[in-house]
Amino acid sequence: MRRLSLALFLAAAPSALAAAQSETLAFVGGRLLPVSGAPLDDGVLVVRDGKILAVGARSDISVPAGARVFDVSGKQLMPGLVDTHSHVGGGWGADSSAPIQPDVRMLDAINCRDSGLQRAQAGGITTLNIMSGSGHLMSGQTLYVKNRDANTVEALCYRFADGEPMGGMKMANGTNSQRPPPFPETRGKSAALVREAFVAALEYRRKVQAAGDDATKLPPRDLGHEALLELVDGKRIVHHHTHRHDDIATVLRLSKEFGFRVVLHHVSEAYKVADLIVAANAPCSLIVIDTPGGKLEASEFDARSAAELERLGAPQLVGFHTDDWITDSRVFLRSAALAVRAGVSRETALAGLTLNAARMLDLGERVGSLEVGKDADFIVLSGDPLSVYTRVEQTWVDGAKVFDLSDPKDRRWADGGWGAGMPRMLATCCLGDEEDPK
Amino acid sequence: MKLISTCVAVLAFAAQALAQDLAVRAELVHTVSGEPLRNGVVIVRAGKIAAVGAQSNTPIPAGLRVLEAKVVTPGLVDAHSVVGLAGYLNQAQDQDQLDPSAPIQPELRAIDAYNARERLIVWLREHGVTTVHTGHAPGALISGQTMVVKTRGETVEEAVIVPFAMLAATLGADSRASGDKSPGTAGKQAAMLREALIGAREYQRKLAAAGDDAAKRPERDLRKEALVALLERRVPLLVTAQRHQDIASALRLAKEFELRIVLDGAAEAYEMLEPIKAAGFPVILHPPLARFAGELENASRATPVALRDAGILFAFQSGYEEYVPKTRVVLFEAAIAAAHGLGPQGALKAVTLDAARILGLEQRLGSLDVGKDGDLALFDGDPFEYASHCIGAVIEGVVVSEAVR
Repeated sequence: MRRLSLALFLAAAPSALAAAQSETLAFVGGRLLPVSGAPLDDGVLVVRDGKILAVGARSDISVPAGARVFDVSGKQLMPGLVDTHSHVGGGWGADSSAPIQPDVRMLDAINCRDSGLQRAQAGGITTLNIMSGSGHLMSGQTLYVKNRDANTVEALCYRFADGEPMGGMKMANGTNSQRPPPFPETRGKSAALVREAFVAALEYRRKVQAAGDDATKLPPRDLGHEALLELVDGKRIVHHHTHRHDDIATVLRLSKEFGFRVVLHHVSEAYKVADLIVAANAPCSLIVIDTPGGKLEASEFDARSAAELERLGAPQLVGFHTDDWITDSRVFLRSAALAVRAGVSRETALAGLTLNAARMLDLGERVGSLEVGKDADFIVLSGDPLSVYTRVEQTWVDGAKVFDLSDPKDRRWADGGWGAGMPRMLATCCLGDEEDPK
Repeated sequence: MKLISTCVAVLAFAAQALAQDLAVRAELVHTVSGEPLRNGVVIVRAGKIAAVGAQSNTPIPAGLRVLEAKVVTPGLVDAHSVVGLAGYLNQAQDQDQLDPSAPIQPELRAIDAYNARERLIVWLREHGVTTVHTGHAPGALISGQTMVVKTRGETVEEAVIVPFAMLAATLGADSRASGDKSPGTAGKQAAMLREALIGAREYQRKLAAAGDDAAKRPERDLRKEALVALLERRVPLLVTAQRHQDIASALRLAKEFELRIVLDGAAEAYEMLEPIKAAGFPVILHPPLARFAGELENASRATPVALRDAGILFAFQSGYEEYVPKTRVVLFEAAIAAAHGLGPQGALKAVTLDAARILGLEQRLGSLDVGKDGDLALFDGDPFEYASHCIGAVIEGVVVSEAVR
């Protein structure tokens, strides 16, 4: 659903939206894939105030009186997809001045009107971890985004318990972050620079603690050190680009030394060191690409990493991501399906798109499965989520429909076409204009 | 599913079977030229298809190796790629698809730049691709020649079936030079191409005028020789043009010089259906999974259906990728189109028979008909389903892959 209609009545919009969400909605007759439990044929999903009110078999759930009922027989419903690694939003974090820039925030860089967010809705993605690229050892703070129709980045982002915008920290090792000075040109130097940064942050903390209540003794405030300490304290999770088996081992070594929580990202060679990964209990946000290579560290990529983690008894460590623009948000389901082709179970594949992924962002209590009390983020599919022939027909976020394939304007985000690559127009540009902009 | 090799014959008869003889039994045989056959068999003798029919009335000659699959299709034909010139490592030493020293270099032959042992070729073969139209890449006004290979052999000589298939040209932003170099604009691109073709026409005229008199012949010019092949319509110009105005420029150029062209990429072809149809040129469409950005920002997954409905001959390609993935796979690309309205039959045709037609090889490739090359792809289910596998590939009766992909 476009935001145009929403902005049409600027003053009235918030109350109209609230009204829509306080309505009780019941989706009846479809096959439910809750992820947290077994699939249910002929299920009922009841939604109110943006949350899941009830979910279960039709025989067990009574549709509340006055509820708006949607017949979804023949369809399959599953939790909105969680993309643990995306570059939509057109934002860049760190610049080329230094290899470690923990102070830089994706919050300050995202264009909330970027068409990539719409394409993600069309692909069924309701939660994203949006981050900067991998050309730095540390390229800044990522942003966890709820993919609702919003006009500011503040309205898009998840928040920590303290109210601050929620996100992790993007790090990288391997070849992408090796560049001419001041960047490292070797793997040894890369690790040394990261260790120095953490040591400096810990020294900063020691000085702050030593100053106690005496403000005159405080060191100058350092945003970078503050962000690094959030890693040490476990508030922020490190999202670490890493491909080669030895680079993966290096990440786990540094994580252990400084106590930061880490999700391994891409992990092209996870299948080679799956035992190490399982022993460290390190979640893997896996990329699935069509062909190995394209760069040295992806030359040994194999889609069987998910199956290998599962074989070692750690299916909960399996997640997927689009890395959009490396793969396309509109076909995110395909990443999990290709992992099934390479041997992983359907159950693990679907969890890797949803609940496992949500947990990689500390959002597992809120999204990622169809459970009572969780956010009403779900998608309506024309069939089996792991079939190429299945289309995402609707995407719902917080109980509001944000994408509908049957709406020609939305369909353009799904299929492309004239103007589909342009950022979403200013809401006031096309009042009442039902035609596609040309 | 494993590729099962059944030794039907007793040893005494085995000697009668040739190296390029085999049979494939499948629950579903997609002939492409006709309706799919249930419980069918394909028999290949001396590298050519000798029989296609129902298992019940198509006896398998004694001594033949018999392969089993759920589904068999013609070997897939990738209508445009750069594999073999471009390698999977993506390092300077394995990237020979684009020489940046000049904007127009039609004398660059694909056969001089092809690494038959490149891993990307193995990868395509393991996904059922048995024929690839490959060569110099999009990205220069005329980047060089293309060729057609089978995905076999350790040398280009063993692989190649058409050494000079097309000349590769690119219009639009992707072949514009930076700084003060030419071509810097669309107008300059057209002017440079016209000048080059006029120069080649003059060369052609002088050659004709000289006849058998060697003394009167102009100095041999490899660049103009290649362009003369274009003017004589011996090869088409493969014009990569994504934007509608660049497609229009390609059609204008073709008309002026009476060229055969093949439109490539053609992201905005859906805006140009009538003129493309009127000109009668085929389209090798961008991969449906290509990034819809830059020159492809207006690309649409509805384009294959639009081309089909307009009656325009089209095929899919793995295309040219600068980064990850280093090549796409036409099996995957056709699958996306199949799911966006084209349907499995239409999608299969666009990576077999229609691709062969665009390459001028439809007498030899692209369908399971008696007399055509024994090129087959074997699958353990619907070839386009995500969770299916390609379980084998056969080129001219020789099993070239038994990998499960």
